[in-house]
Amino acid sequence: MPHPSLAHASDLLFRITLALYAMAMLAYVAELAFARRGLIRSREAVPAAVAVPEERALVGAGAPVGGGPLPPAPVDRSAGPSSSRRLTFGLLAVGLVGAGWLVHAAEVITRGIGVMRVPWGNMYEFSSAICLVVVGAFVVLNVQRRATNLGVFVMVPVVLYLGLAGTVLYARAEPLQPVLNSYWLVIHVAAAIIATGTLMLSGVVSSVHLGRRRYERLVTAGKAPGFSALTRMLPDARTLDRVEYRIIAFGFPIWTFAVIAGAIWAEAAWGHYWQWDPKETWALISWIVYAAYLHARSTPGLRKWAAHISSLAFATMIFNYYVVNLLIVGKHSYAGVKVASALSALH
Amino acid sequence: MTETTERPDPTDTAARAALTTKPVDVRRSTPARSPLQHVRSGWRRLTSMRTALQLLFLLALGAVPGSILPQHGQQDALVTTFINTHWYGPLFDRLSLFDVFAAPWFAAIYLLLFVSLIGCLMPRIRLHFRAMRTPPPAPPRHFAKLPRSTTWQADTTPAATLDIVGKALRRKGWRVLVRDEGLSAERGYLRETGNLIFHISLVLLLAGVAMGGLFGYKGEIIRTPGVGWANLLGQYDEQSTGRAFRQSELAPFSVTFDSFKAVYLPTGEPKTYDAYVTYTTHPGATPQKYDIRENHPLVIGGSWFTGGTKVYLGGHGYAPHLRITDPQGNVVSDDDDVFLPTETTNYLSEGYVKVTNIADKKQWFAIHGVFTPTKAKGVQGQIISGFPAANDPELLVNALSGDPSAPSVYDVPAGMQQLLGADKSTTAGLRVGDSWKLANGYTVTFTGITQFANFQITDDPGKELALVAAILIVVGLILSLRVRRRRFWVRARLQDGGRTVIEAGGLARTDPEQFAEEFAALVERLRPLTGATGPIVEE
Ligand code: HEM
Repeated sequence: MPHPSLAHASDLLFRITLALYAMAMLAYVAELAFARRGLIRSREAVPAAVAVPEERALVGAGAPVGGGPLPPAPVDRSAGPSSSRRLTFGLLAVGLVGAGWLVHAAEVITRGIGVMRVPWGNMYEFSSAICLVVVGAFVVLNVQRRATNLGVFVMVPVVLYLGLAGTVLYARAEPLQPVLNSYWLVIHVAAAIIATGTLMLSGVVSSVHLGRRRYERLVTAGKAPGFSALTRMLPDARTLDRVEYRIIAFGFPIWTFAVIAGAIWAEAAWGHYWQWDPKETWALISWIVYAAYLHARSTPGLRKWAAHISSLAFATMIFNYYVVNLLIVGKHSYAGVKVASALSALH
Repeated sequence: MTETTERPDPTDTAARAALTTKPVDVRRSTPARSPLQHVRSGWRRLTSMRTALQLLFLLALGAVPGSILPQHGQQDALVTTFINTHWYGPLFDRLSLFDVFAAPWFAAIYLLLFVSLIGCLMPRIRLHFRAMRTPPPAPPRHFAKLPRSTTWQADTTPAATLDIVGKALRRKGWRVLVRDEGLSAERGYLRETGNLIFHISLVLLLAGVAMGGLFGYKGEIIRTPGVGWANLLGQYDEQSTGRAFRQSELAPFSVTFDSFKAVYLPTGEPKTYDAYVTYTTHPGATPQKYDIRENHPLVIGGSWFTGGTKVYLGGHGYAPHLRITDPQGNVVSDDDDVFLPTETTNYLSEGYVKVTNIADKKQWFAIHGVFTPTKAKGVQGQIISGFPAANDPELLVNALSGDPSAPSVYDVPAGMQQLLGADKSTTAGLRVGDSWKLANGYTVTFTGITQFANFQITDDPGKELALVAAILIVVGLILSLRVRRRRFWVRARLQDGGRTVIEAGGLARTDPEQFAEEFAALVERLRPLTGATGPIVEE
C-alpha cells in the first residue's frame, strides 16, 4: 500500500530543498559580487589568473601538480573586508549545498517509499532525481577539487529546474501505468537520470568554458572582458576543458547504456526496439552530437570546436527534456503531465 | 584524448609514436594529378575525422524533421492533413520529410558515414595489431622533456636494477622490454582495442537493423474472446513484411483468445491488462495456456540466437454484442462487434455492424453505434464516457440503408440513407437487453459486452545481432574512455662514484593529472626495490 503521509512529507522536503538551494545560490552570488569588487580594485591581478601554471609543472621533473587543483584565483589582499566576506559567503554556500543535497536525497527516498515504487515515474520526479545527480556530481567535483568556483553557474540552473519541476510539472504521487511497470524501466530511467544529470553538469561547464576562453582571449589582448568577466573566478580554460571531458567521458557511456536499455524495454513492451518516436530520436541526436564532441576533442585541428559542440549537445538534451516531453506527442508523453494511455490506440 | 598535442611536441617523436591509430586530420589534400590520385585523396578525405564529424552532424540534423513533422507509418492521418493544409506540404512530401527514416537522402548520410567508418577502421585495425606486436619504443634521450620524470640513486648495478624494475612492472601488468641502455614499458592497449570494438560494433548494429528490415515481419490481429487464429498472413488485419521475407518462414503456431481482463485504479488510470490465451506451437502440439500482458509477450520458437516470433498485447477495446433479426424473427447477425475506441482514456468507442447477408441487395443496411462504458454527459450535452470500465454501459445506435461495403470494416461509404426506427426515432440508446425495431422490420438487440484485444505479432531476426552489438558498443566505449595508454621508461647508468643513477620518465595520452599520481606512486614503489639511498634527486 502506498503511504500518503510519506508522499506528503516528501513534498515538504522538496520545498525545503528548494529553499536551501536558493539560499546557496544567493550565497554564491554574494561571493561572486565580493570577488568582483575585489577585481575592480585590483586590475593588475587579472593576468596572473590567466597564466597557465601547468606549462611549468609538466616540464618540471616530478613536480607535484599537473594542472590538478589550481591555485585559487588571485585574492587581492588589499580588498580586506570584501575578501573575508567573500570567504564567509563561499563557506556558507558550500554548507547550504551540502545540507540541501541531504534533504534532497531524503525527498527522493521518501517519495519512493511513499508511492511504493522507484521515484521516477513522471516528469516532476525525473526533474528532482536529475537535480540530485547534478548537485551530487557538483559536490564530488568540489571534493576532488577538480574545479572551484563553479557554484553560481551550477546552482542557478538547478534552482530554475527544480522550481519548474515543483510548479509546472508537479504531479501527485501515484502508481505507474502498467506499461511502465517493468524492471527495464527502472534500469533505463535510472541510467537516463544519472547520464542526464552528469551531462547537464558538463553542459554548465562547457558553457562557462566558452565564457572563460573569451575572457582569457580578451584579457590577453588587453581588451575589456565585458560579460565574460563573470568567469574571472573560474579555473583557466584548459582546466575547464579537462573537467568537461572527464564528466562527459563518465556520462556518455551511461547515456549510451540508457538508450540501449530503453530499446530493450521498448522491445519487451511493444515488440519493436526502435520506432523513431520523437523522444528516442532526440536521445539519439544528443548521443550523436556527444560522439561528435569526442571526435572533435581528439582531433587537434578540430579541438577548438569541442566546447561549442558539447554546448550544442547540452542544448539538445534540454530540448528533448522540455520541448519533446511536453509539446511533441509520442509514446513517451506519459511523463505524468500529459497522461495519454500508454497502450497505443488501434490506428 | 590527446592532451599534449596542443603545443609543439617536446619529446622525441618516437616516444610518442603510435599511442593511437587515429587518422591524421586532413584539411585540404594536395591537388591530385592522376585519376588514381584523385580517388586516393578523395578516399583519404572520406575516411578522415573531419568528414566523420561532418557526417555525424548531418545525421543528427537529418533526424530532426523526423521528430518534429508527422511521419508516415506513425501518424498517417496527420501527414495527410499537413500536406493538405500547408502550401509547402507537397514539397516536403517530395523531399521525403514525412518519411525521413526511410528517405533516400537519410540513407545516403548514414551509408556514407558507415563507409567512412569502415574505411577508417581497416587501417586502424592493422596498425593496432602491429602496435600490439611491436615492443615499446626506446627511452628518449632527455627524460626531463617528458611530462613526468625523476631521478634517484641506488647501490644496485644498472643491469640488476633494470631487471628488478622490469619484473616489478611486469607483475603490475605492464608490457616491458629491457634493453641495453634502459627499459621501456607500456600499458593500456585495451583503450585502442575498446575503441575498435566500439566502432566495429556500430557496423554490426547496422547489420542487425538491416537484417530485421529485410527478413522480419510484423502484423496486427484483432480478436474477440473465443476466437483465435492460425499464423498465416491471410489472418492478419494489418501486416508489413521485409523485402526478403518469405511466407514459409512464418512459425506454424495457432492461438485462441480466451478472455480479457482490465483493472483500473479509482482515478481511471489503468493498472493491469491481461489477455488469456491458449496456444499450440505447431499443429498437433499440446495446447498451452498463457497470459499476454504488458512487458510479457507470448514467445513462439526461437533459439539461443534467434528470438522467435513474439505476440504482444497492443491494445484493446469494447465489442458490444448485437443480435439482428429479420421481420420473420430469423437471426441475420449475432456477433461480438469490434468498436474502435475514439479515445483511450475512457474508451468511448464507435463501430458499424453491416447487414449484407440478405439476398436482395436493396435491403442492405448498417447499424452505427457509439458505445460508452460509463455513461456521462459532456459539456455540450453529448454522450461521453466517464470511466474506462463498463460500469454503466450504453449503446447509442442509428441505422443507415444502402450498400455498406467500404474498404475498411470499421467504416461505411458516404451517401448511405438514414434509416429510421419503426417509431420514426432517429436514434436509440440501448442498455444491455434492450431492442430497437427498425422501419424496415428488422430488430436490433444489444445482448451483452465483451472486450476485444489487438495482438501485435513481430518477428525480427536481426534483433539478437543488434543486441549483441549494443552490448559490445557499451563495453568498447567503457574500455576506450576509461583505459589510459601510457609509457614508462627507466634508464640506469653507473656514476663515477660507483653508484647507479636511475632515471625514470613517462607519458600518458590522456588524463595527465591521473598519470601524475600514478607515476608518483609507481616511483614510490620502485625506489625501495632498487635499493635507493637518499632522497629523490630533482633535475
Ligand atoms: C557511426 C559513426 C561514428 C560514431 C557514432 C562514433 C563514435 C565515437 C565515439 C563515441 C568515440 C569516443 C569514444 C572512444 O574514444 O572510443 C569515438 C572515438 C573515435 N572515433 Fe569514432 N565514431 C563514428 C565514426 C568514426 C569514423 C568514421 C572514424 C574515422 C574517421 C572514427 C574515428 C574515431 C577515432 C580515431 C576515435 C578515437 C579518438 C581518440 O583517439 O581518442 N569514428 N567515436
